[in-house]
Amino acid sequence: MNLRDTLTLSFETVVSYRTRSLLIVLAMALGVAAVVVLTALGDGARRYVVGQFSSLGTNLIIVLPGRAETAGGFPGAALGQTPRDLTLEDARVVGHLPQVQRLAPLNVGVAELTSGGRLREVTVLGSTAELLPIRHMKLAQGSFLAHGSARSAQIVLGSQIAREFFPDGNVIGQRIRLGDSRFLVSGVLASQGESMGFNSDEIAIIPIDYAQELFNTSSLFRILIEARSRSDIEPAKAAISHALKLRHDGEEDVTVITQDAVLATFDRILRALTLGVSGIAAISLAVAGILVMNVMLVAVAQRTSEIGLLKAIGAPSSDIRRLFFAEALWLSLAGGATGFALGHAGAWMIRLAYPVLPAFPPAWASMAGVATALVTGIVASLLPAARAARLDPVLALSGK
Amino acid sequence: MIRLAAITRVFHMGDQEVRALNAINLDIASGEYVSIMGPSGSGKSTLLNVIGLLDRPDSGRYELDGINVTDLSETERARVRREKIGFVFQAFHLVPRLTAAQNIELPLMLGGIAPAKRKMRVDAALNAFDLSDRATHRPAELSGGQRQRVAIARATILRPTVLLADEPTGNLDHRIGAEVMALLEGLHQAGTTLIVVTHDRELGARAHRHIAMRDGEIVGDEK
Repeated sequence: MNLRDTLTLSFETVVSYRTRSLLIVLAMALGVAAVVVLTALGDGARRYVVGQFSSLGTNLIIVLPGRAETAGGFPGAALGQTPRDLTLEDARVVGHLPQVQRLAPLNVGVAELTSGGRLREVTVLGSTAELLPIRHMKLAQGSFLAHGSARSAQIVLGSQIAREFFPDGNVIGQRIRLGDSRFLVSGVLASQGESMGFNSDEIAIIPIDYAQELFNTSSLFRILIEARSRSDIEPAKAAISHALKLRHDGEEDVTVITQDAVLATFDRILRALTLGVSGIAAISLAVAGILVMNVMLVAVAQRTSEIGLLKAIGAPSSDIRRLFFAEALWLSLAGGATGFALGHAGAWMIRLAYPVLPAFPPAWASMAGVATALVTGIVASLLPAARAARLDPVLALSGK
Repeated sequence: MIRLAAITRVFHMGDQEVRALNAINLDIASGEYVSIMGPSGSGKSTLLNVIGLLDRPDSGRYELDGINVTDLSETERARVRREKIGFVFQAFHLVPRLTAAQNIELPLMLGGIAPAKRKMRVDAALNAFDLSDRATHRPAELSGGQRQRVAIARATILRPTVLLADEPTGNLDHRIGAEVMALLEGLHQAGTTLIVVTHDRELGARAHRHIAMRDGEIVGDEK
């Protein structure tokens, strides 16, 4: 019996046992679809997180006061007080390092913003003009903080704050009171929404020296540094640590973290998560494989006399084996293809429902899902096919 | 052309040995019309299965057309079955999913004959067995007589030299049975060796040679 006839005949068999075939194809398809959808979700989450990190800035190095002796936790934030302050002078020294492209010192606090009878508390960032390019922020209108050291009481508002205080849209050049001082609105940030749990639409940015005055502090919350290039990140990190150690009487009392490291960690964790989840989904494929085996065994038992007949009219064992083998192949092929389509449709619907989540199934997962379906189906058919081929024709004809 | 020498086939039922065939010696010439009769359990079906290469004797020698087929491998036996032997069963044994035409086509498919050629031969067979208007019907939609005609068409599509019929009319009423027998006898007249196993005396009497069996042995052989 040639290949084409084998495939045709087994295809007709698959089609004629409609309910049985549909159920198997469904089981297979769900397994494959589960792999595709779950990897799409996992990989989507990974891309989302990586994207969020990248939006914070590129080649970013962050210096924070205090030193983590053990892994985990941001020491400065957790302990509240640190052995030695990080100062503007520290930032100035770091700014002279050759690997550093630009830097922005940062202070954060909360203060009351009042204007025209309106009042609300806002998160205030104190920084310099460099914050804008380092954090990849964009302005909707006006200008950012002025360069240089000239004291000018400028304030840049988040888009929502600007809307709340100046509903008529006439913002630039308006005066507004923050705490006890008056500021001149120089610009409004473009709406960026929430990013890493921090809503840049509801902040106000003022020059760093005003912020230190406002919060009555001389220490910095962070220094944000942009290295010249990706390859400069590690040397810059070492140079910063060294420079600050010298300035702090030889004590390593600052923590220098790179966004790359954090990003790589998240990337690793989420990749592992995706693999794990797809592994779990693959188990359902194995279950579908066992289902195929069971159904094929039942088919052999059901069609015993038919197998006997085929032998009687001259089919060698190899033909019988190939027929059952081809039948399982059709079933798993149909299951794999349906599952592939189903999975991609599912991922598409997730993307429709959550546009921020780039839930694209990775190519390797789709391939692996379909391949696993084919392999399990084929492996599962080996035993039933061998059993059918081994049947004794005389006994098989009498249905035993 | 069929030559059985000291053919023995033993079945084990529990710890009991049943000699279904006990040192059978039998020669059947080309073109003969033979009936094999005997009570159930006499070994007549086993004899037919051995002649049809479905069953392997435990000892003895079987020559078909001058070839010793006792020692052939499973694949070679399948080929001999396909090319030289046609089976007709009491239960018809049609594949329920396939149409009458597809059932008849099966041996051609197994023999690897090209589709265009297959169609010609199937059409000719459908005509010869008066089944043209039933070609696309499945077995469940056919009467008993039509089913057996499909089975005979399938058994003879590769023009075997030996046609083996095991109770071919067992599931048919008397009139239809007679029609089927007439069909088989027509094939014999065209030159095919016809061997019919039956316990119907009337049917057995129509053959030109009568073999009687009992307890695995031939107890009568008349022409």
